Amino acid sequence: MTTIRVNGVDHAVDVDPRTSLLDLLRERLDLKGTKKGCDHGQCGACTVLVNGVRINACLSLAVMHDGDEVLTVEGLASGEVLHPVQQAFLTEDAFQCGYCTPGQICSAVGLLAEVAAGQPSEATADLDGPVTLTDAEIRERMSGNICRCSAYPQILAAVRRAAGAAA
Amino acid sequence: MKPFAFERARDVDHALSLAASSPGARFLAGGTNILDLMKLEIEQPPRLIDVGRLPLAEISETASGGLRIGALATNTAVASDPRVRRRYPALARAILAGGSVQLRNKASVGGNLMQRTRCPYFMDAAKPCNKRLPGSGCSAMEGLSSTLALFGASEMCVAVSPSDMSVALAAFDAVAETVRADGSVQRRPVETLHRLPGEAPQVDTDLAPDELILAVELPPPPPGRQVWRKVRARASYTGAIASVAVAGDRVALGAVAARPWRARFTEAALADGASPAEAAGAELAHADGPESRKSLVRRLAADAIREAKEGAAS
Ligand SMILES: Cc1cc2nc3c(=O)[nH]c(=O)nc-3n(C[C@H](O)[C@H](O)[C@H](O)COP(=O)(O)OP(=O)(O)OC[C@H]3O[C@@H](n4cnc5c(N)ncnc54)[C@H](O)[C@@H]3O)c2cc1C
Ligand code: SF4
Ligand code: FES
Ligand code: FES
Repeated sequence: MTTIRVNGVDHAVDVDPRTSLLDLLRERLDLKGTKKGCDHGQCGACTVLVNGVRINACLSLAVMHDGDEVLTVEGLASGEVLHPVQQAFLTEDAFQCGYCTPGQICSAVGLLAEVAAGQPSEATADLDGPVTLTDAEIRERMSGNICRCSAYPQILAAVRRAAGAAA
Repeated sequence: MKPFAFERARDVDHALSLAASSPGARFLAGGTNILDLMKLEIEQPPRLIDVGRLPLAEISETASGGLRIGALATNTAVASDPRVRRRYPALARAILAGGSVQLRNKASVGGNLMQRTRCPYFMDAAKPCNKRLPGSGCSAMEGLSSTLALFGASEMCVAVSPSDMSVALAAFDAVAETVRADGSVQRRPVETLHRLPGEAPQVDTDLAPDELILAVELPPPPPGRQVWRKVRARASYTGAIASVAVAGDRVALGAVAARPWRARFTEAALADGASPAEAAGAELAHADGPESRKSLVRRLAADAIREAKEGAAS
């Protein structure tokens, strides 16, 4: 039995060890917000937060997450009030078909926590100094999320807006 | 994916005894490489031993003034560590150039080192591949690949190590400490952890099936500036066409061999006062492969060496 808390709700599930975290969420828990793009870590559509950290749910097994706390796009809003990152994506019109969007949003939520913790990226000029969230930083830190509709300028604007709101 | 038994290791001894008693079993750390390959049925282990929660994630100072990095430290944790950023910036940059944040949050140091050496044809189960199916032939030899080995390849296999991190580790003379079920501990230089393909490309490393990497140890960094460069087909989130790590007077090349490639001829030439271009050329004189690829690596290495000497990119 694997015990896993998803969006604040505890679940005890008996899964085949082959079940990915992504398939557990979508097929067993009926949380279809998290999307399956490539199923091989190459697109970011399946991004969720595990214990506050963003990962690709497709390259993880449900049984690896016994006792973990998972946050998916369905768990971000508080009632009718959208999460600031969700609101920023709406305000900036940061999607077209929307398929990559749940992953983009979860990724951006993870990004804001990483920047707050001072974690560097490849775009960080001075590894010894504090991190400033420039556009180049946002692009690099969001590069694990592919958008087939190429809404990248609007996604950049949305993350910039959300970061400003968080600061 | 083929069915397999899943077991979470309670402690290191448990992990080792499980590995020693179940033929074909594999350790599971972040899962970002082995699960990818299991989905494609390129890997079909009968049992996975989850070592992900073993207490091997610590990064600590060594008595000699270096750092000891636990095998289960995530790639993100290593690249974010202030000591790594300050003393081994080429290592932090090499890690940050690999995959995406999501992958690095999951990928472990041990798993990064032990990810399969591969080429695009290895990933395609419909194609002949001596590494995947010994004796079936090598599709890359006659095929399309911008990432063929330039050093140490054989008639059997020309695949390269995809690990960016290991290139910097090799430049720092890092050592991997391992333990087996019989309690024996070994210290293996990262530079030679991986075998060259020779007649048996199906075997990537010299590690025994029950051999677990506990940690990687970095000696104190050599004096001098450090530089990391990676050439790839897009700006981020893809593997290297070639890479280079320079740490003081040491130079390691990436994605050019089945292991991170210390450019000893380059280092010797630099010690003799050669220019960056001459020194890079000294290593590439021993390369085997298309001239275009050799030229790219030569220019990349020369540029990185120049930057390390002068402190500015050209
Ligand atoms: C889309 C994509 C892009 C990528 N791009 C890059 C890139 O640009 N650069 C790069 O360097 N890498 C890249 N990678 C590879 C990635 O870095 C590796 O998958 C990751 O580092 C593996 O770590 P893991 O902990 O997830 O390993 P796992 O998948 O858990 O394990 C990999 C192997 O290591 C073994 N193993 C794990 N831990 C130990 C241990 N402690 N001792 C002994 N054996 C062990 C396992 O048995 C398994 O055989 C990419 C991967 C993907 C999916
Ligand atoms: S280069 Fe090696 S991994 Fe690639 S097809 Fe040839 S044998 Fe297989
Ligand atoms: S579905 Fe997981 S990264 Fe594409
Ligand atoms: S909005 Fe269509 S894939 Fe991004």
